Amino acid sequence: MTVALSGKEVASKIEEKFSGSVVESTPENLVVKSDQLLDVARFLKETGGLDFDYLNFVTAVDYYDHFEVAYLLSSLEHNHSLMVKARCYDRENPALPSVTGLWQGADFQEREIYDLFGINFEGHPSMKRIFLWDGFEGHPLRKDYI
Amino acid sequence: MEIEPAKKYIYSDIELDREEGQVIEDLKAQSQQPIPDPDQWLDEELEQNILLTSVDALINWGRRSSLWTAICFPACCAFEMIAANGPRFDLARFGMEILRASPRQADLMITAGTLTWKMAPNVRRIYNQMAEPKWVIAMGACAISGGIFASAEYAVVPGYNRIIPVDVYVPGCPPRPEALIYGIQMLQKKIARRKNIDVRKILER
Amino acid sequence: MAVRTEPFVLNMGPVHPSTHGVFRMRVTLDGEVVVDIEPVFGYLHRGIEKLAEQRTYTGVIPLTDRLDYISSMSNNLAYCLAAEKLAGIKVPERAEYIRVIMSELQRVAALLIAVGAFLNDCGAYFTPFLYMFRERERIVDLFEMASGQRLTYNYMRVGGVSQDLPEEFMPALRKFMDMMPRFMDEYDQLLMQNEILLARAKGVGILSKEQAINCSISGPVLRASGVKWDIRQADPYSIYDRFDFDIPTQTTGDCYDRYRQRVEETRQSLRIIRQAMEQLPSGPVRAEVPHLVRPPVGEAYAHIEAPKGELGFYLVSDNSIAPYRCHIRPPSLINLTALRDMVRGWKIADLIIIFGSIDITVGEIDR
Ligand code: SF4
Repeated sequence: MTVALSGKEVASKIEEKFSGSVVESTPENLVVKSDQLLDVARFLKETGGLDFDYLNFVTAVDYYDHFEVAYLLSSLEHNHSLMVKARCYDRENPALPSVTGLWQGADFQEREIYDLFGINFEGHPSMKRIFLWDGFEGHPLRKDYI
Repeated sequence: MEIEPAKKYIYSDIELDREEGQVIEDLKAQSQQPIPDPDQWLDEELEQNILLTSVDALINWGRRSSLWTAICFPACCAFEMIAANGPRFDLARFGMEILRASPRQADLMITAGTLTWKMAPNVRRIYNQMAEPKWVIAMGACAISGGIFASAEYAVVPGYNRIIPVDVYVPGCPPRPEALIYGIQMLQKKIARRKNIDVRKILER
Repeated sequence: MAVRTEPFVLNMGPVHPSTHGVFRMRVTLDGEVVVDIEPVFGYLHRGIEKLAEQRTYTGVIPLTDRLDYISSMSNNLAYCLAAEKLAGIKVPERAEYIRVIMSELQRVAALLIAVGAFLNDCGAYFTPFLYMFRERERIVDLFEMASGQRLTYNYMRVGGVSQDLPEEFMPALRKFMDMMPRFMDEYDQLLMQNEILLARAKGVGILSKEQAINCSISGPVLRASGVKWDIRQADPYSIYDRFDFDIPTQTTGDCYDRYRQRVEETRQSLRIIRQAMEQLPSGPVRAEVPHLVRPPVGEAYAHIEAPKGELGFYLVSDNSIAPYRCHIRPPSLINLTALRDMVRGWKIADLIIIFGSIDITVGEIDR
């Protein structure tokens, strides 16, 4: 059985290293500051005992006033998982750092989020539309699209 | 004579993408109304013939008994289409077991699946490349009206008849292979009734 | 002396006999050698995630059928698990067993097609595919008995399955189970040591273990690279912890291994079905669930081992009758992440079979 790690426990570990980077933590997940996302992600991937080497999925949710990007991380070695989230409050030009450098599996998924939500992932090798065509107006999965 | 540098024709990915987007937008703007169903194609060159009815019958027999299908398999319905080709339903009985990857060798297009605006220019191009006379069977709810996905207007074309003229519609989601075979038989009847030679026109002459 | 040529770009797809639907690649070639590829998606983007936000929880199930349309039952199962997790619904015993039988049968059917299509790409034009279709038809018959549909079953419901199995289902299933191993042996005999297959697939398109994990590859492709990771055992859902089955793995991760992996998994699926048939209890097949499910505010992610890999649904609820957000984790899309690295340096003919050995369905990639 994959053990879902408590966000609170992991948050305390992260806080030791990067204080002030965790915005919120619940038993199910933890929300990190978007500008420190990359550092925290690297920490989660490379720290012994955590070893999150597998990125299950990345997705975004539109909550009208902010976007929430959720990353589900797993460790195949220890068979545990953790949901990490980041928020963007800017609706016009939302941006987050890209995690493709750490987990290549995020590649197409980040492009998908860019296409359907308009969130720009900085540092992604080719940030362009994936499903819709060049010149399409709007981002369909936003709640205010039509 | 100076040879033009090859570089001129090498486009970057961004240019290709932009071009494709432009084509899609243009087509979308043009195809807001469905195309009426074609009733008859007129072949002019056969008018001089004297063996009127029997030639008609012969041509139509030839045409309807070896319909070759062009590959156009966007989505789920394709699997019922392949099943119809498969061992149990055996479409070969109707002289059309061959799926042609090249549209130039095909005279029937079975549109098995949802059409999206991004795909539409490609389907239009395949249709244009097919040799005359050609027929189209719209297979499945998506091909007729957009079906279950019709409300995703931003991406889905509400029916193939916005893009190409359709002869026979086969409803279902997906239609069973039997239904598809029935649709093909209807098309064959339609071809059989076709007049390649207009007698009156010749008599008037 | 090696002759160098100017690299040129070749467009492949979206309508191409060996791209399994409407998938497109921009291939940069140097002579016959693939230098780079860029997959282009979206020719079947039907907005399933958007549509799901406008439908009730039960109404999303028909949409899930059309994701990976050759394994509709698995998609149903994954979605229902997520919705049940969100709403806290417990499924009756009999329904759990029926679900397992159905999703394992579906795995057999989907893997048959995967194998058939792969051999098709290898050059055995259509004959193996037709053989596989012969067997698939029998499975489809079983599904039709239970659900009334041949492709888009829409059989499972939040809280169980839509209806109990008809009387003639079990005898027919038993008959199928008796026949199937014989067919499997027949294929093995025809194909496993086939010289052409070995020559074309062995050592081609190797995907290393580390890269597979880094690229979030899942399913048979991951296991063919030697990672023993199967969600049925790593994170058992439904009642998979009650069955006894092995997780086959391969070592090198080339095309041949991926093919072998699929064949071996089919046998394990048959093992599970046999156990589930023996243990199948009687009783209700659907929990008492209101027609309009209203889960509490929250989110849930449920994943299953679909024939192509980890299929997951991430649902967010705002306590209304429709999901606030329904994200689908598509194994086909994510498995393609490594394609670029796998094909570089191979010939264009190998590109086809490497791509074929990943086994994708475009409905799921584009959604
Ligand atoms: S009609 Fe149904 S089965 Fe056919 S393509 Fe559309 S959704 Fe798929």
